[in-house]
Amino acid sequence: MSRIEGPASTPPTERPDEVDVPPEPRVPVDTVGGYLRASVVRIRGGETGVLPVVGGLVLVSVLFQSLNSHFLTSGNLVNLLVQAAVFSLLAMGEVFALLLGEIDLSIGFVAGLSAVVMSELARPTVGWPWWAAIGAALVVSALIGLVQGTLITRIGLPSFVVTLAGLLFWQGVMLWILGSGGSILIQDNTINDLASGVLTKAAGWVVMLVVVAAFAVLTWRRDAHRRDSGLVAPPPGLTVAKIGGGLLGGVALVLLTNADRGILVPVYGMPWVVLLVFAVLAVWTYVLGRRRFGLYVYAIGGNAEAARRAGIHLPRVRTLAFMCASLTAGVGGVVYASRLRSISTALDGGTLVLYSVAAAVIGGTSLFGGRGKALHGVLGGIVIAAIDNGMGLLGFSAAAKYVVTALVLLIAVTIDAIARRNRPDRT
Amino acid sequence: MTSEQPGAVPDHPGPDEEPPLLRLRGVSKHFGPVRALTGVDLDIPAGKVTALAGDNGAGKSVLIKCISGIHAPDSGQMWWEGAPVHVRTPSEAAALGIQTVYQDLALCDNLDIVQNMFLGRERLRRTGLDEVSMENAARETLTSLAVTTVRSVRQRVASLSGGQRQSVAIAKAVLWNSKLVIMDEPTAALGVAQTTMVLDLVRRLADRGHAVMIVSHNLNDVFQVADRIAVLHLGRMVDVRPTADSDRQIVVDLMTTGESTRVVREPGRPV
Repeated sequence: MSRIEGPASTPPTERPDEVDVPPEPRVPVDTVGGYLRASVVRIRGGETGVLPVVGGLVLVSVLFQSLNSHFLTSGNLVNLLVQAAVFSLLAMGEVFALLLGEIDLSIGFVAGLSAVVMSELARPTVGWPWWAAIGAALVVSALIGLVQGTLITRIGLPSFVVTLAGLLFWQGVMLWILGSGGSILIQDNTINDLASGVLTKAAGWVVMLVVVAAFAVLTWRRDAHRRDSGLVAPPPGLTVAKIGGGLLGGVALVLLTNADRGILVPVYGMPWVVLLVFAVLAVWTYVLGRRRFGLYVYAIGGNAEAARRAGIHLPRVRTLAFMCASLTAGVGGVVYASRLRSISTALDGGTLVLYSVAAAVIGGTSLFGGRGKALHGVLGGIVIAAIDNGMGLLGFSAAAKYVVTALVLLIAVTIDAIARRNRPDRT
Repeated sequence: MTSEQPGAVPDHPGPDEEPPLLRLRGVSKHFGPVRALTGVDLDIPAGKVTALAGDNGAGKSVLIKCISGIHAPDSGQMWWEGAPVHVRTPSEAAALGIQTVYQDLALCDNLDIVQNMFLGRERLRRTGLDEVSMENAARETLTSLAVTTVRSVRQRVASLSGGQRQSVAIAKAVLWNSKLVIMDEPTAALGVAQTTMVLDLVRRLADRGHAVMIVSHNLNDVFQVADRIAVLHLGRMVDVRPTADSDRQIVVDLMTTGESTRVVREPGRPV
């Protein structure tokens, strides 16, 4: 079949036209040690993943803890996670738009409108049950994404302009429903418990163990199946290490949330909202990483023309991604209102959306499309909340918080840009 | 569109003659007053590398775009495996088994080799993508083409060299069972070793029975890999002949003036 010796004609040592491409790191990857060495090579090559944001989080924690010993108490950390929930949810929504190489400026006020719809429908005078009110809010959010996505993809308007109009328009609608200076109090206990309710200590353990067990089974089955099929697969030791890491993180989280954090009366237990964010993260990670739709989102962000030539229906995938962004923002709005137990015209959707873009970028998502994960949004949201929380503890003003958040954003983008110089694709 | 005239098939092959994989007769294409192609006749047989040569503006790109469904010819007729066809869109061309590897390669840098090779035709299972089956098929295809310089099929395309990217694009065409693979300047951006690698791959494709049509400015490449050389001059097909009956000077004459009165020299001697 092969008349000419292909590989013999191009031994890997003789590749003169590859001056701009670093030589392939040829590290054996069938042992744990080899796998780790390969990871180090990848990181030094510029594929840093979540490493900068995790490092940044550690740095911020050490800094604030040294300035105020209250920062790393369980009470404050749980509070921080709850604070981070809205940022993390909105940032996960923004990741969808950024992956396409687009932007969604409207999600702050989409979240606001979602909160207003839910609060309005859950009022005793209207009387919808909590699940119907939340469902309606999420449907409205998704429909907004559908409308904006359709304008962007079918008419070909720039997403910046369409969602900027969305920012103004949905703010107007929200103010119109609330009335001048108006607010809606939420009296439904279930909705309020979303942000402030907690699991019992035992339930926290059970939930954590069930989640880790499911993660363990899925991870082990997948990796084992890949190994058995002779595919590129991590060695068994690494699979075990991943599962062990998941268990360790779960135990730490439960111990943290189950510790008494009350001042006058004992308060403990895992907040529902932590589970909610985790559930959204799990769903979007699955959709982006394992489903065809997710692959198409990455493909369009990477090279839209290649995706088009491959026969992918670009308008459909793009519109759906904008719907995912708005839907996630809607969840963020529900949590926002639940945390305040009310919704008022004080909601600043403009700042929220800028924070969500900043969180996604700090987490490691590229502004140019094709690179990013739902996890980046969550981690970036935690960084933003940590700065807000830590500086609040130190008694800084809002002005200082903005300045520091801006600096962290710049540092994150700078680290990414420097790391990228070693990366072949430079995107 | 072309007007179909059954019974009026020019140069209809005899009953004992195998029809070529693709046959073009009288294909013309105008862009406003510009006549890009005028009455082009061309046969593309399976298992052979047909090179399409021509100066800039000779109509090479327009011709391959007509074949791959991007442009619709104004007149003329196409036969695919002996049957008349109209190719209106790239997906219709793909459905027939015509795959075009463009100069810009059309790969997604942020995806890995497997994802790129299956893009748009993923294999699915109930819970999502069937990664195992796709990865095996991609690896088998690359191995069968003797593309062994890539470290892992789970490598992102961004980390590949130009020749490796070209190999992935060609392997994608093979994976999708394309009968005709059209390549637009496959070696334009490559160095010497990478060019050899890609030309070897082109040769292997033809040896496996695929028809290959290669557009190239580089006459070295053309003479190294092609079985037949077709020359376009100002939108007309001025010459199609086996590579053995041609040489560099003849092709240059044909490309620049549209005709050549030379006879072929001894093979192997410099011109």
